Amino acid sequence: MYQEVILQHYRTPKNFGPLSGATASGEESNPLCGDHIRVELKVSDGGVVEEVGFSGDGCAISVAATSLLTQKVKGRPVAEVEKISREDVFQLIGIPLSPARIKCGLTGFVALGRALHGEPSGSVSASEPVGSP
Amino acid sequence: MDVARLRNDFPILGRRIHDRPLVYLDSAATSQKPRCVIDAVASFYAEHNANVHRGVHTLGEEATDAFERAREKAAAFVGARDPAEIVFTRGTTESLNLLAHGLARTVLERGDRVVTTVLEHHSNIVPWQILRSERGIRLDFLDIDDGGALRPEAIDDAPGLRTRVLTVTQVSNVLGTVTPIRELAERAHARGAVVIVDAAQSAPHYPIDVERLGIDFLAFSGHKTLGPTGIGVLWGRADRLRSLPPYQGGGEMIREVHQDRVLFQEPPARFEAGTPPIAQAVGLGTALDYLGRVGWEELADHERKITERMYRMANDRFGGRLRIFGPGPGAARNATFSFSLPGVHPHDIASLADADGVALRSGHHCAQPLMERLGVPALTRASAYLYTLPEEIDRLGDCLERIEALFARAPTRGNVANRATPDLNTAT
Ligand SMILES: Cc1ncc(COP(=O)(O)O)c(C=O)c1O
Repeated sequence: MYQEVILQHYRTPKNFGPLSGATASGEESNPLCGDHIRVELKVSDGGVVEEVGFSGDGCAISVAATSLLTQKVKGRPVAEVEKISREDVFQLIGIPLSPARIKCGLTGFVALGRALHGEPSGSVSASEPVGSP
Repeated sequence: MDVARLRNDFPILGRRIHDRPLVYLDSAATSQKPRCVIDAVASFYAEHNANVHRGVHTLGEEATDAFERAREKAAAFVGARDPAEIVFTRGTTESLNLLAHGLARTVLERGDRVVTTVLEHHSNIVPWQILRSERGIRLDFLDIDDGGALRPEAIDDAPGLRTRVLTVTQVSNVLGTVTPIRELAERAHARGAVVIVDAAQSAPHYPIDVERLGIDFLAFSGHKTLGPTGIGVLWGRADRLRSLPPYQGGGEMIREVHQDRVLFQEPPARFEAGTPPIAQAVGLGTALDYLGRVGWEELADHERKITERMYRMANDRFGGRLRIFGPGPGAARNATFSFSLPGVHPHDIASLADADGVALRSGHHCAQPLMERLGVPALTRASAYLYTLPEEIDRLGDCLERIEALFARAPTRGNVANRATPDLNTAT
């Protein structure tokens, strides 16, 4: 069920670790499993993703998917990276995901999208700090 | 207790999942249902279906009788003095929300203190957090020690505040810990607080006697107690129930409605607006009868055996690596086990176990404050019940061994090896 490539990317992810000199970053978390992934990009003046890094923690599916995704985007123009779709990510993962695991497969993808578009992290952190005396 | 024979009562246990016999270890989420419960629901619809309390026709009377008999059974189940102390709700969650709503409108004032615990399910935290933000109450969480046991003394903290409510689970849905309700209730009552017990995880496993516990309210869910979904029980001491305002308005809960005024029913009708879950109540009554026939002593014995088997399996096969959180096998606990296996994320464990036909649950188990307290982002939970065979614990062991081996094959690199202590405890 879990192919060797997923396990390899989980234990030895590519482009793992914080990126110094990053020009953009995005995060996504999955409160259900406590997963949290941060993707950082170094985009050149010419609009090319020169460097990419990710950090955080997750299950094999989310870490491996992000690792595979970072390999795919490194060195590519932003315009091309923006065209990557969910389906492309599922193809990278290469194994069918059950409905409950689709979110895991897309955690890094969502974080990457936020990095590209400079959106604030959309994690469900809207707790209620109001009124606690 | 003849578990092998008892299993024949549960049709679903004959299922195969991915071509393997089902090993159902998710009973803390919902229990499976014996044939008699499924039949009771079906025969209600097939033979007696009508709305309750309204019709004078025969079916209406039969349905009302069946519904009210279920209330009597629920009352006997928790040791209530009077069936009128039983309110049927949708489940534990609705029971607790009803209480938070009602107490906010009666006893709670700005600055008053509500005490809960870090062991709670979100359904016993969030309703009070809503009151904190809307009404300015103070919410305190009793802490646990490293073995997962509550520290009741902390109820006595904050002597300057009015402690109005203690709301506490009787069994943790994550750790299986049994909490000392009587001691907690005594301390809370000494502060003048109302005492609420979340019995969602205790009702399926232990006999409940609300009078002996010395509490004011108790809630549990039918579906974790061999019964249908959509039915829950709220027990309230008669005077306490009477002092609460209605939760929802509608049919059944009124005595008189005029354009300029409305008179409400006495409990329990006051809290049962609209058409209740009738067939579900009937099914619950049948489920409680079934549990009564099994016997609590037998069930406790059985769960002790399962617990010993689980700890032995963890120890013999995994040494210290398979870490079961919470109190050990000798402590007051039920057969709910949340554990971690280094290097394998709980989600991956549950996915891979499913491929072996083993149903586990992974995640935060609706108890994020407890996860934070334990310092883990997520855990895998195996929860057993009366139909769990000791051999199924061994099948769990087989499957965890396979999963561990699978993840151990790939080489480890330093920076990800210690993912067990990530920085995401703070990332909600
Ligand atoms: C301790 C505890 N309290 C409350 C609940 C909520 O029960 P329900 O979802 O049936 O309302 C659960 C269910 O998971 C639970 O384990």
